[in-house]
Order: sequence, then C-alpha cells, then structure tokens
Amino acid sequence: MVTARHLDLAIIGSGPAGLAAAVKARQSGIKDVVIFERDERPGGILPQCIHNGFGLQKFKTELTGPEYANRYIKMAIAHSVDIELDTMVLEIDKNRTLTAVSEYGGLRTYQCKSIILAMGCRERPRGAIGIAGTRPAGIFTAGQAQRLVNIEGYMPGEAIVILGSGDVGMIMARRLSLEGAQVKAVTEIQPFTSGLIRNEVQCLHDFDIPLLLSHTVVEIHGDKRVEGVSVAEVDQGWQSLEGTEHFIACDTLLLSVGLIPENELSKMAGVSLDPRTGGAYVNELLETNVRGIFSCGNVLHVNDYVDEVSNEGEIAARGAKNRIKGRPVGRKRKIALVGNKTIGQIVPQAISGQRPVTLCIRVKRPMEKLTLRIGDVFEKKIAYARPSEMIQIRLPKKIFSELEPSSVRLNVSCEER
Amino acid sequence: MSNLQELICITCPKGCVTKVWKEKGNIKIEGRICKKGKEYIKQEYIEPKRVLTSTVVVDRSSIKRLPVRTREAIPKKELFAAMNQLSEIRIKPPVEIGAVIISNLLNTGVDVIACDDLL
Repeated sequence: MVTARHLDLAIIGSGPAGLAAAVKARQSGIKDVVIFERDERPGGILPQCIHNGFGLQKFKTELTGPEYANRYIKMAIAHSVDIELDTMVLEIDKNRTLTAVSEYGGLRTYQCKSIILAMGCRERPRGAIGIAGTRPAGIFTAGQAQRLVNIEGYMPGEAIVILGSGDVGMIMARRLSLEGAQVKAVTEIQPFTSGLIRNEVQCLHDFDIPLLLSHTVVEIHGDKRVEGVSVAEVDQGWQSLEGTEHFIACDTLLLSVGLIPENELSKMAGVSLDPRTGGAYVNELLETNVRGIFSCGNVLHVNDYVDEVSNEGEIAARGAKNRIKGRPVGRKRKIALVGNKTIGQIVPQAISGQRPVTLCIRVKRPMEKLTLRIGDVFEKKIAYARPSEMIQIRLPKKIFSELEPSSVRLNVSCEER
Repeated sequence: MSNLQELICITCPKGCVTKVWKEKGNIKIEGRICKKGKEYIKQEYIEPKRVLTSTVVVDRSSIKRLPVRTREAIPKKELFAAMNQLSEIRIKPPVEIGAVIISNLLNTGVDVIACDDLL
C-alpha cells in the first residue's frame, strides 16, 4: 500500500497555462505547488512554435514560442515551483487523488487540495474527417510536421498540400516554403479562413501559396507514399460539386483541421464537458463541476493567443487559492450563460455575479456591425466578428446588481444591426 | 496607376483592405485605416519587412536544433538568402538565450539571436 503525499496544488501540464498558473499560485502564497509534465522538457507545445507573435500582451514585446516558454520556466524556477518532468499522470478522481508514474520516481499517489487541469489540446487526425483513398506514408498533422522540422530537423516532404487553413497549417506553409519545399495549395472547406488574417498574409500571400476557399481534399492517392490528392469545390453543405474535382501532385499532405481539448483525465474525475468547446463547464474562477478541480488554457477551450492561455492559468490559480484557503469560489449562485444560434461557444458557461468576469465568446459565422447582448444587463456594439477570433468581453460586477435575485440564466446573442 | 497595390493591414485582427499607390512622389492610401495601420501600410508599400524565425543545426548535443530569429525585421526579399546563410551554421552548446548567432546578417544591420538556452 502506497501512502499518498499531501499537496496543496497539483497542475497537470507545463505549457503556457500550467506555468502561468504555477507562478501565480506561488506568488499568492500557496506553498506546495507541483507541475506534472509527461515530456522531458517543460513548455508544452511552445518549444516547437518557433514563429513569433507570442507575448505581446504579457511581455509587451513580440517573442517566439521558445522565448515565451523560457521566460515562464525561469519565473517558475525563481518561484520554487517543482516541475516533475517525464512524469505521466495516470489517473485523477473526484476526491482529488492523483496517481502519477515516472521512471525515476516510480508509481506514486498524491492527495491534492486543488488540481488545475492544463493539458492543452491535440490535433484532429485523418480518421476524424473521413477522407477517401489509400493509406500511404506522407500524411501528417500540421503540428506533427512542425515538430519534425523545428525540433528533430527533418523535412516531411518536398511537394506539399495542406488541408485546412488553421493557424498551425498556415504557419507550416511558410516554414516549409522557407526550408525549400513547394507548398502547392491550402484548401479550406469553409468560405473563410479558420486562422488569423495575419497568418493568411504573412504565411500564404508572402509565398504566393494559393488558398482555395470552399474546397476540400476528397481523395488521397498513392501506394507506398502519397502521390497526390484530389481536390474539389464544395457547396454550403460541404458536399463536393460535380465537375470541380482536380488532381494535385504532391508527396505530403498536412492536416490542419482543428484542435480538440485533451480531457481524458478530466473525464476520469467526473468533470462534465461542454460539447461546444470540448472542454469543461466552468464558472468564472474556472472551477469545474468537481470541487477543487479547475481547468484552463487549451484543455478548457482552444484559444487564439498564448497570452490568453496564460491569463486563464492565472485565473485558475486564483480559484485554487480560494479553494485551498476556504474562501468563496463562486458556487453560491449559478447564472447560466446561454448562447442563441449565432453563438458557437461561451466560456465560462456559468457565473455567480459576485465578481467581475471576462467572457470568451466565439460566433458561428463571420458578422459585421453587430450588437452583442447579455440578458438585458449588457449591450455592446462591435464592428465585426469572426469564428477564428475569440471575442473577449469584460463584465464589471455592478451590472449584475440589476439582475433579479431569482434569475438563473442570461441569454447571449450577437445580431447584425 | 501601374504602381497600384492592394494591401491588407495586419496591425490588428480586423484586416483592413487598402489600395496603395504613388502619386507625384507621395504615397496615397485608399480605404479606411487607423494611424498605426497607415504606418504599416506605408512601410509595406516601400519595403516590406519580416522577422525571420528559423533553426540552426546543433552539434554534440541530444538537442538537434536551436531556434533563432532576427532581432528586428529584415527586408522580405532577403528571406531566402538569410535562410541559406543560416543553413551553414553549426552551433555547439552552451548558448545563452539572446546570444548573437550571426551579427549584421547580409549587411542588413540586424543580428540573428538565439531563442532558447542550450545547455
């Protein structure tokens, strides 16, 4: 029988969410903070994101992924955060018992006062999108290719087609072009890009890479290695249009078709997941339905900017601190935020109205000149909104004083004016 | 107007589309654009610049690549020449983050620096 070690705060994952949570937790006086990291180095996905654009908000300067991670790792060390590398968390339960294993430490259990989930997300693979054709070598997710090029120093191929216009896909289009590959096309099934405009300009336009909107890969060809793909235009229902199919010769297909929060551990602990975000249902301090378990960063919902991920880590740390010190965590009252048909997702999904809160909202389709309404307590005119760009709205505490004490729900909508 | 270009501003996520041309030595911009955007569009019209980020080969380490970047933006037309020069570099640990890997890259006046510590 193994005796459990007691821990104030366990953080799962040492990416930008986990590191920021750990630093904030130590700064606010939590003694025992341990980060569990399955990789052999801290930083999560950041070390392979060698492009710039990180840290504009947090550090007021434009950093690359490794630089952003480096700063946070040094802060974590300076604040005596214990980072257990090469350590896999096998299980957590609703009583916050955590089981981890590593080569040097063996199997061990911890009884935690609080747990912060910061496991990030993973990429949607080929199997999830059902493309017809053979199963040759040369099909990678964009992030896999990114790791190969930037960490291992291998090129995945020479002639490349990228399916999906997610940010990682577009960033890899530039990276592979710079390294001498020919990127033949980026196809996007929607009539608009699913990444940031900045990436469309600097990653595709700069290298004359065609972006085929309302197009998708309908078949993969090749025996041992990819020899090409069939690309077709699609209608509004994403069905391919007859007569538009054409062949593009290539040796590599990259998939950039979405990210999915990695919540296997969360489910073990009984954390309820929101089908719209793929992450936990949380309140404004990012506490899940399980007391003392918090969720932040891309395991909660996929963010656009790393700075937002770190901000969420800090909010979760505040929540964890309140839980550890027996202070309110916003559970006394629950006001559900319910989006109408224009809203893709909202985080947090419920609030207490006891403190100010930042709402993260994604619309379902691009809109212009819209009005965002939250119940009848808040209204804001917004010039434009896109699904690829999260809207962040800071709600001051005072607006909730206008609410009926009995109200349990606020409708959220975006309507074009 | 043969010198007309359509440029998208990337200063913020809005992505304003502008038309830019030269008239009697002055740069003219058509399309609503903020002050910050105007500066970017002008620079983009005169001489587009980019921060180049890449990696260099590491010798004698279990780590295979060291991420590097130009300290500031360099002319876009120099990107491939810069990549060629980076491909010649072999680096040995230790390297400290921020250390100069190539000084005055291609006479641009801009250094290439290390983006991580290499122990």
